[in-house]
Amino acid sequence: MDKPTLYLLIPLLPLFGAIVAGLFGRFVGRAGAHWVTILGVAAACVGSFYVLYDQLNGGEAYNGNVYTWLTVDGIDVSVGFLVDKLTAMMMVVVTFVSLMVHIYTIGYMEEDPGYQRFFSYISLFTFSMLMLVMANNFVQLFFGWEAVGLVSYLLIGFWFKRPTAIFANLKAFLVNRVGDFGFLLGIGLVLAHFGSFYYADVFASAPAMKDATISLFPGVQWSLLSVACILLFIGAMGKSAQFPLHVWLPDSMEGPTPISALIHAATMVTAGIFMVARMSPLFELSDTALNFIMIIGSITALFMGFLGIIQNDIKRVVAYSTLSQLGYMTVALGASAYSVAVFHLMTHAFFKALLFLAAGAVIMAMHHDQDIRRMGGLKKYMPTIYWTSLFGSLALIGTPFLSGFYSKDSIILAVGASQLPAAGWAYFAVLTGVFVTAFYSFRMFFLVFHGEERFGKVDEHHGHDEHHADDDHHHGLAPGEKPHSPGLVVTGPLVALAIPSLVIGFIAIGPMLAGDFFKNVIFVNSEAHPAMEAVIHHAHDALGMGLHAFMTLPFWLALGGVVTAWFFYLKKPSIPAAIQAKTGALNTLLENKYYMDHLYIQGFATFGRKLGKVFWKAGDTVLIDGLIVNGAAKLVGVFAGLVRRVQTGYIYHYAFAMIIGALLLLTWWLGRFLITQ
Amino acid sequence: MSEHLLSLAIWVPIVAGLIVLATGGDSRAGWARVIALLGALLGFLVTIPLYTEFADLHGGMQFVEKMPWIPAFNINYHLGVDGLSMFFVILNAFTTLLVVIAGWEVIEKRVAQYMAAFLIMSGLINGAFAAMDAMLFYVFFEAMLVPLYLIVGVWGGQNRVYAAIKLFLYTLMGSLLLLVTFIYLYFQAGKTFEIAEFQRVALPLAVQGFMMIAFFFAFAVKVPMFPVHTWLPDAHVEAPTGGSMVLAAITLKLGAYGFLRFALPIAPDAAREWGWIIIALSLVAVVYIGLVALVQTDMKKLVAYSSISHMGFVTLGFYMFADGAPTTYGVEGALVQMISHGFVSAAMFFCIGVMYDRVHSRKIADYGGVANTMPKFAAFFLLFAMANSGLPATSGFVGEFMVIIGAVKVNFWYAFAAATTLIFGAAYTLWMYKRVIFGEVANEHVAELKDVNLREFAVLAVLAVTVLGMGLYPQAFTEKMHTSVDTLITQVKHSKLP
Repeated sequence: MDKPTLYLLIPLLPLFGAIVAGLFGRFVGRAGAHWVTILGVAAACVGSFYVLYDQLNGGEAYNGNVYTWLTVDGIDVSVGFLVDKLTAMMMVVVTFVSLMVHIYTIGYMEEDPGYQRFFSYISLFTFSMLMLVMANNFVQLFFGWEAVGLVSYLLIGFWFKRPTAIFANLKAFLVNRVGDFGFLLGIGLVLAHFGSFYYADVFASAPAMKDATISLFPGVQWSLLSVACILLFIGAMGKSAQFPLHVWLPDSMEGPTPISALIHAATMVTAGIFMVARMSPLFELSDTALNFIMIIGSITALFMGFLGIIQNDIKRVVAYSTLSQLGYMTVALGASAYSVAVFHLMTHAFFKALLFLAAGAVIMAMHHDQDIRRMGGLKKYMPTIYWTSLFGSLALIGTPFLSGFYSKDSIILAVGASQLPAAGWAYFAVLTGVFVTAFYSFRMFFLVFHGEERFGKVDEHHGHDEHHADDDHHHGLAPGEKPHSPGLVVTGPLVALAIPSLVIGFIAIGPMLAGDFFKNVIFVNSEAHPAMEAVIHHAHDALGMGLHAFMTLPFWLALGGVVTAWFFYLKKPSIPAAIQAKTGALNTLLENKYYMDHLYIQGFATFGRKLGKVFWKAGDTVLIDGLIVNGAAKLVGVFAGLVRRVQTGYIYHYAFAMIIGALLLLTWWLGRFLITQ
Repeated sequence: MSEHLLSLAIWVPIVAGLIVLATGGDSRAGWARVIALLGALLGFLVTIPLYTEFADLHGGMQFVEKMPWIPAFNINYHLGVDGLSMFFVILNAFTTLLVVIAGWEVIEKRVAQYMAAFLIMSGLINGAFAAMDAMLFYVFFEAMLVPLYLIVGVWGGQNRVYAAIKLFLYTLMGSLLLLVTFIYLYFQAGKTFEIAEFQRVALPLAVQGFMMIAFFFAFAVKVPMFPVHTWLPDAHVEAPTGGSMVLAAITLKLGAYGFLRFALPIAPDAAREWGWIIIALSLVAVVYIGLVALVQTDMKKLVAYSSISHMGFVTLGFYMFADGAPTTYGVEGALVQMISHGFVSAAMFFCIGVMYDRVHSRKIADYGGVANTMPKFAAFFLLFAMANSGLPATSGFVGEFMVIIGAVKVNFWYAFAAATTLIFGAAYTLWMYKRVIFGEVANEHVAELKDVNLREFAVLAVLAVTVLGMGLYPQAFTEKMHTSVDTLITQVKHSKLP
């Protein structure tokens, strides 16, 4: 099989699985649906590993088209693939996590009537995500971008009877559309000034456009690349849930947990990070855009971490943690450390997917009660989940030698070395974030797995009344009931994800950051943006970097976070409540998520509806229909009424009118005659 | 045969319609249906060679037929299509076929007359798209109103007479101005009604301005553009499902086609001078109408307003000029949008019809949780809702994408306003979808719903395949347009001032 055929088969096999499971789900049955999709994704995963192997062993980067989608004004838009090391790495991450999630789903969705539909959606997602990362042009990127958005919409609303789920999926779609609005305009600007949709053409001519300006307001000249890059980044802000377009991600937890792991942690939400890294030749030329990115990223990294502290829903803690980590990746992008951002993307994909799937296993064991205040002491009931969760959490907080350590410490190093004006604030944010991350991660870990067993108690505020509509699930353990450890289809993927969470950082940091893995793929202007130099200096020696860490601030901040969590939630559980009581205003602010949802719902959604109503009632109904259309009809009516009076039917009236008319004509004619004489 | 393809496209449906009419009362409704289906099918089949035998690189009119009609005034039966009009003849025949199937058992009274009205209207519309003689165009353009008026007025809802009269009067006003313009051009062009000759006449700017106004009133009402759009929601609400499908898919296109065939090439300097007014009105259509659509409580009204908003892209595409001429992106994008809207809006109205036939309500509030009882239907409806929101890989994306991308080049703020459709289009469509399809079963009507039958499934599946097909391979459409669009752009570029 030649390579282009392989590249084509890798996305098409999951698509085939999705079509079979989706359209013929009833004929193939449950087992048929999961076999066809799992085999499709497994084949894609094997293929992706082969592509990565090939790229690592000197395989040429491939850039070719499959078919011409559209030709307009002499410019081609094709469906085509660009396969280089960045693509290959993303393909492996996407297909591997997807495969794990597929297998896990067999256990998680066992009792769900929408079993085939679910497998169809996650395979369709895998196809869409692969199209996104393999694109060689902006239009296909946008196709993948919107397609993953569609599947995300379908999966968040998978339990379409739940009012909260169908609110969340609409919200996610619309907030993403706000991002896409900027993204599409950015693509338009690129085309208008570069004259091509292909990455290769655009990147090649980018340096020549460095000083190009455009005038959006009369008399004001802005750098073209800054405007275009910021517009493109707005797309990334939607997809990768950056402040202030982050509001959809916590609500997306309404979807089944496997997709929270796959879509809303490991892969789709990192599409924005991937996109910016892919377009490094453009972003590298605009310091304005990089500063903007760094500020947005650092706000997300820190302030979303704060929200993770006060959440009590197990999935929402992990969701805010994801937001915060996405912020870290974005900060790295802003510091021109694209390879570091992608590196963190990869390590995060493994340990965050692991944490979500572990949370899902806990939720199953708790009979779909997600409140961590009603868990505790689960360690002895589910040891595999316990240990894998521990490894995931340790990786997340940046424990030396684990994967998250290498990627997160590299981010901190890069930001510290960045010369951009925004770097000072960003450095503070990412450092503080280390403590916050460690604190909320282990707060959750201790509340779930350690301490007294708080489940199985009759509890008057036995929550989740918002889920009462869903009769597919029962909630919470009955008194005296004990949680069960899940089966192999659930623990298997967890173990498979725990291994890379532990070791991938140690293995990959050398080649990815210090080596030439991303040579000719990611472009950094190291004279203007020297941040990578600092990272490379450490990344050469993974072992040394790990040992050195014990003497650096981030390690002690992380340790401090864990110890504080232990002290607050295991040693003296009365402290958190006391703090909460003392910091009323702050607590309210956090409880209300900085009032961002209020702003959007009261401010935009309600305002839009009111405006629409005004336009409709005042514009269409009163002004156009009432005044003009019916007014014109009335005018005709009035005029006709006047004319009608003349037509009385009496001959002498008509005769009179005729005589008057004849007289007038005569006078006029006589008058003219006299004047001309 | 092939030299009379256009005549066949016009007269096969009309003759079939007359035969159907001859079957008479509802006692022979079965016959009426079968003959109508055969007529529509034949009418569709004869249009297929227009695509397969179309010469892509031939810039001018193809499949030309010409014979004298009223020699005293030099009026000819002169037909032909180019890359601007060919697709609409096919789209029209295609939609007619779907409409006959859509009305199969739903229409119970005056079946023969119903089917006949659609068939005859289909032939007349083909005539308008294929006419190369202005007077022939005018006759078809006006005659088409009669069956449309009857469809709304006879098979419509409770308020059908008001809607029918509103529709008729609204469109009539513009038509009179159009006739006057044609007669003026007849004398200016040396006593001929050839559209090609009209396009060559040199005209002072003031005269072009008046013509632009006349064309605006004739065609903007049909498109419809803001602010002459208010007849459309009323007409849709009262029309039967088939009427709405044809109205949205075809009739609106006739207005847009008028801009392309008459207004732009005959008054190009006026377009350069005052085109910004059309652009402003188009952008108002996208934003203002998008917001109005958001608050509709009646599904048909919502989709009607969404049509107006989508057609805003068409007029925007025509009139956004760069270097004194329309852009390829704009014109081709607008044409693609017109074709796509034909599929998507027909599908949306059909979906609403499927629900209306069962529950007899178009109110969003009367539904909720339809996915529980009609899962297959919900899947189809989702596809069309996504196409209506402009999702890539559906046809709805292509035209909007081309127009927005092209607009960035012309003026960033045009693109900015137009791109808000990404948000508004998704908001009004998916919010409606959420309230109608998702959720718990809302009432006993929804609980009793039966999923789509074979006939409905067939219509939905055919539309789904076309919507996806056009989204995945729009080149099949645009490659037939390139040469004609280039010709048009060159034509408009040249000043016609004397």
